[in-house]
Parts: sequence; structure tokens; C-alpha cells
Amino acid sequence: MVPITTLHYLVVAAALFALGVIGVLTRRNVVIVLMAIELILNAVNLNLVAFSRMWGNLHGQLFAIFIVVDAAAEAAVGLGILIAFFRNKETINIDEIDLLKW
Amino acid sequence: MFLNHIYLIPLFPAFGAAMMFFFGRRLQKKTVNAVCVGAVVVAFLFACFTVVEYTHLAHGTGKPFQKIVYTWLGSGDGNLNIVKKDGTLAPFNVDAGFLLDPLSSIWLLFVTGVGMLIHIYSTGYMAHEGGYYRFFGYLNLFMFAMLTLILANNYMLLFVGWEGVGLCSYLLIGFYFHRNSASTAANKAFIVNRIGDAGFILGALTLVWYLGSFRFIDINAAARSGHFAIGDPVLTAAALLLFVGACGKSAQLPLYVWLPDAMEGPTPVSALIHAATMVTAGVYMVARSNAVFVLAPNAMKTVAIVGALTAVFAASIGLVQNDIKRVLAYSTVSQLGYMFLALGVGAFAAGVFHVFTHAFFKALLFLGSGSVIHAMSGEQDMRNMGDLQRRIPTTYKTMLIGTLAIAGIFPFAGFFSKDEILWQTWTKESDAYRILWLIGYGTALMTAFYMFRLMYLTFYSPSRMSHEAEHHVHESPKSMTVPLVILAICSIGAGWLSWPHSLGGSARFEKFLEPVFAREAVVLVEEGKSAQLAAGEKEAEHTDKTEYALMFLSLAAAGVGWGMARRSYKNAGQGYVEPIAAAAPPLYRLLYNKWFVDEGYDYVFTGRRKIGDVRLGVMGAGEASSWFDAKIIDGAVNDAGWLTRAVATLSTWWDKWIIDGIGVNGPAILARMLSYPARLFEWGLMQWYALVMVAGLLGFAFYYVYH
Repeated sequence: MVPITTLHYLVVAAALFALGVIGVLTRRNVVIVLMAIELILNAVNLNLVAFSRMWGNLHGQLFAIFIVVDAAAEAAVGLGILIAFFRNKETINIDEIDLLKW
Repeated sequence: MFLNHIYLIPLFPAFGAAMMFFFGRRLQKKTVNAVCVGAVVVAFLFACFTVVEYTHLAHGTGKPFQKIVYTWLGSGDGNLNIVKKDGTLAPFNVDAGFLLDPLSSIWLLFVTGVGMLIHIYSTGYMAHEGGYYRFFGYLNLFMFAMLTLILANNYMLLFVGWEGVGLCSYLLIGFYFHRNSASTAANKAFIVNRIGDAGFILGALTLVWYLGSFRFIDINAAARSGHFAIGDPVLTAAALLLFVGACGKSAQLPLYVWLPDAMEGPTPVSALIHAATMVTAGVYMVARSNAVFVLAPNAMKTVAIVGALTAVFAASIGLVQNDIKRVLAYSTVSQLGYMFLALGVGAFAAGVFHVFTHAFFKALLFLGSGSVIHAMSGEQDMRNMGDLQRRIPTTYKTMLIGTLAIAGIFPFAGFFSKDEILWQTWTKESDAYRILWLIGYGTALMTAFYMFRLMYLTFYSPSRMSHEAEHHVHESPKSMTVPLVILAICSIGAGWLSWPHSLGGSARFEKFLEPVFAREAVVLVEEGKSAQLAAGEKEAEHTDKTEYALMFLSLAAAGVGWGMARRSYKNAGQGYVEPIAAAAPPLYRLLYNKWFVDEGYDYVFTGRRKIGDVRLGVMGAGEASSWFDAKIIDGAVNDAGWLTRAVATLSTWWDKWIIDGIGVNGPAILARMLSYPARLFEWGLMQWYALVMVAGLLGFAFYYVYH
């Protein structure tokens, strides 16, 4: 059985990250975009935890927990903005969120 | 006992008036008579007993009796104060209080007495008129107001009565309210009186402000205290203002115009108000304020001059009037002028005496003329009368007595009072007063002339009546003739109360009044000026010879007037010619049209005269100034506004297009145009931004990895 090394983690994290970026770039539904951003954040978390294990240092894990909290806050704020926006325009299509262009 | 309930005297007629007001419409004429005439009879009897009791109490000292019922205005405990002219405080207190002294006693007696007779007379005269209860209600209300006026112990309560008689005068003149002329005359009386009232209230308040009390006793005491110099300017102003009030109420120049027109009222009203009682209110008020007036010699002179001029002026109009009541009206104005002449020369007692005698003979003449009009079925024009001597003998005899009295024939009442006035004017220290005497003397002659003219045209000359009127001529009922007889007796006897010293009499009337016009006052005297206060007891300085001569002259004047009237009118038949009209037509026109005073007032004050649509006189000036204000002043204001607006519009345009446009928006527009290419990069699709970002990151990554 091949031992699971840091590189394995990094590959998985890179795959997750790529999935997240593709989701952000291609989906039109803002909720899905937000979910894709969660994917990106969790890819980063995975990296941090992997390096923390590699170096035997807990700082990385600590940082990962911060990011989890941050992600929760970000989701709350993002969904709040989204609800307010939906009340005004009755849509959550990201293409129509273009009022701040000038 | 009576004295303590003096306040009841005005309340009797007030009760009658209230009864008429609330229940009059439903009452029978008999009940109306019982209530209204009864109230005045009771008031008269009460007044008689009161005066008797008062004279006993006063014992000839003439000390005033004051009965304060309650505090009418003010706090009563001194918490309300007037700030006097010198800055000190005086309590503001107006009593519902009554004052009886010799002066008000005399007024009380003749107002209630003559008023009673006129009430009785009215029951006959008004018997066939509508509004019977209304008439008597007004008469009673008038009695109430007049009694309040003369019994008041302060200026404010006097003013209540003063306004009250004005109101009743208005109501009674306008009694025939369906006649336009009557309602106009009523308005005229009210408005002209109001001008005088303004003067009165100002004068009274000036006195209060200066002397610190409303009460006559306090004011007279303060004026006599010696703290004020003769000719004190404030007192002079107050006296003149009071005299303006007297001019209005007592029909003096230039406010006399209402009185002749007041003849529109029923004849008993003319007798009651416009002869005997109300018009003497001005004389009463001036006599009441005598202590103030003697401190204001200039005001006294004004009073004397106005009085003398009014006397001769009104008499001259009376010479040619054809309406029997109008002649008497002008005669009243003229006699009131005499009274003011007397007051003005300081002969207060003589003036009051003339009021007293005049009340009787003028009431008699008016009631007599009413009886004549009654007999003639309403005809008032003397040109359509004549030869009534034997048809209405009682009226004729009593009116003859009245005429003799007013003309000043010895020994009728008018002789004593008028002669006293002329004598006092003559003996005034300054010789300039001889001119006033001359005016008064001329007036006496004119008086005799116009009164005998009235007598000849009405009673002696050949009949000029229409057949219809001639058919109906009848003597008046007893209720009318009995008052005439009583008044005739008074017109003979009233003068004897003041039989002069020079004819062996004792002048009791003046003795009685003396305390009211007491001269023992201490008075500040400026250096070099006479210390004499108005007219004192100066008879002693002149010999009786002068007085006899003056008496003889007066009698001669009366005789000459009589003779002239007799010669001119004895045979005045249909279409007779007035001697004045024959001798001097312009003068006749002038007198007949009453010196065109009413027309003059129309030109100057009322604005009834117009040129086209433009009013003349004061009203015209008002309208002109209103037009000037609206068109010129407001026009200028509006033009200034228009100019401001035009400038503002220009300035707005400048601000909007030049300042904002070029200065502020210009750079902004420039920036916007320049920024246009940069805007193209911002197309607003977030995912495109993210894609560019990712592409950029990948670009950097490849660059670093494969460099």
C-alpha cells in the first residue's frame, strides 16, 4: 500500500481548487457560485492542514480553523446580500448583477 | 331714609323699561301707562323727598352727600392702581356711587318733574300711534340713563348715563323707523354725539391720570388744593376735551347739527330730550367740573366764545325756519349757547339757573307745538297755519306764556336767568367780554323776534290752513293740556327763585348753589397775574344803576323783537313774504339753508358730494390717499418687485448656464468624455472579471515556472 504523502494531499487540493474556480467562472446561479467559493476555501484548508502535518507544526491547523470561521461568516454575509438583492430584482442570475459597472 | 336709598331713583324707571322690554308687547295701553308713568311719578316723589331730606341734613352748608353702593370697577382693596402723571400710584376704584349736592338736586328735581309731565302728556299724544309700549319703554330707559348721569359720583358712572342718553336719543329719534329721514337723523345724532363722547372720555381720563381719582369730590378737592397753577396745561387740555364732549351732547358749534334733525322723533321726545333734559347734560358736566375749569382760563374763554357764537348762530337760523319744531330746535341750540356763555364767564350759577328755567319754558313750548301739530292733524309747516288763537285756547295761552318767558319779558322766568347771564358777562373784568355781551344781547333780540314770529304765524295771522285741516282742528285732551298748564305756571314762577338783589330779592337759587362753585380755593398764582378766579362776587363793585340799565336794555330788545314780528306777520295771509327775504334775498337764502353748514359738512366730512365718481372732502381725501397708496406706493413696491424678479431671472440664467454650465459641469463633461475609453473595460459581468483574474494568475504562474 502506497503511503499517503503530502503530494497526494496537494493533488487533491489542486483538483478541488480547479473545480471551485471552474464553478465560479461558469455557473450563473449566485448560490452555486458561493458554494464554489467554499470549494476553493476548503482546497486551501486542505493544503494548510497537509503542510501542518508535514512540518509537525500546529500553526497551519489553527489557520485552517480561522478559515472555516471566515467561510461561515462570508456565506452568511453573501447570502444576506443575495436575499436583499432578490427582493429588489427578483432574480439571482449573476449576469444581471451589473449595476456597479460605472 | 330716602337719602340712604337714593340709588332707587334711577331704578324705578329702569324697572319700567325692563317691564316694557320683556312683557310690553302683551300689555294693554292702560297697563303700560300704569307701569311707565307710575315709575316716573314714584321717581319724582322719591326725588322730592330725597332733596328735602338732603337740605335738612346739609343745613344750607351745601356739603355733598355721597352714597357708595359697591365698587363697580377696580379691586376695592387697593390692589389695582393707576400710575399717575407724576409717577405715583393711586388706587383704581370706580364706584357704583351716588352724589347729591345742590347741583345734582336741581337737576334731579327738574329732570324727574319735567320728565313726569312729559310722560303724562305722551299718554295723550301717542294714544293713536303704533309701538306704544316701545315708546314708553324708551322714555323710561332714557329717564334711567339721565338719572344715572346726574346722580353719579364719578366720571365713569356719569359716562354710563352719558352713553345711555345718547342711545335712547338714537332710539327715540328713530322711533318712526320706517321713515328714511328719521333713521338718518337718528344715525346723525348718534354719530355726532360719538365724536363728542370721544372728547369726554379722553378729558375724564386725563383728569384721572393727573389727579388720581374718578370721584368728583376728590377731583374737585384736588383741583382746589392749591397744588396747581392757573392755566396748568394738562388741566387746560382736560377741560377743553371735556368741553368737546359737552359740545356734542349739548349741541354747540360745531357739533350742533344733530339737534335740529332730531325733530324727526315724536314731539314729546323733542320736548323731553332735545329741550329739557338730555341736552343740558353737557352744561351739567361742565358745571360739575367747575373746579377744573376755573384753573383753565383759556378753556373758559373757549367755552364762553363758543357759547356766544352758538347762541347768535342758531338764533339767526331760527329767524326764517318754517317748521314749527325746527324753530324751537334752533331756539334750544341758541339757549344752550347762553348757558355755555354763562359757564364760560364763570357765572356757573347763572348758567345752571338758565338750564332750570329753560327746562320749563322749552318743554312747555315743545309740548305746546306738539299740541298744535296734534290739532293740525300732523301739519308742522307754519305757512299752513294761522288763526288758531280761539280754536285751541289752552294751547295758545300756555304757549304765549312760554314765549314771553323765553323772550325775557319781566316777570317771566327767562327774564331773570337770561338777564343774569348778560349781567355777569358785562361785569367780567376784561372789556373784551363786552363783545360777548353784545352778541348775547343781539341774540336776545333775535330770540324775541323768532318766537313772536312763531306765535303770530301760528295763532294770530289770518288762517292759511287747508279746508281739510281746518275742519279737524280740535283742542288736545286733558292728559296733554294739564302738563301744559303746570309747565306754564312753572315758566312764570321758576324765575322768582332767583329774584336779583337789585330788585329787592335775595337770589336764593344762587345761594343754594354757592357751595358747589365755592371760590375759597387756594390757587397758585404766577407772578404778575391777577389772583382772581373767574367771576367772583362782583356785583358790589358795580352800581345798581348799570344793572337797571342793562335790564331795561334787555326788555327793550325783547320789546323791539316783538314789535318787529308783529309788524311783519300780523297780517300774513296766503303767500305772505318774509321781510328778510324781501330786504336781502341772499341773506335769506343763507339763513333758510342754515348757513349751508350741513352742505359744508357734506363737502368736507361725509363724502356725499361727488364730482363724477370722485368724493370730496375728508372721505375724498381718504379715497384719494387710498388710491395713491394702492396705485403709486404699492405700484412702486410691485415695480421694485418686478425689477428684482427680472434681475433674479437673469442672475439665475447666468448661474445655471455660465457658472454651473461652463465652470462646474464643463470639467465634469470633459472628464466624462475623456474617461469613455476606460469605461469600455468595465462591462459589469463578474464572472468575466474572475476569468480575467484567473487568466492573469495563470499567466504569472507560467511566466515564473517556464521563464
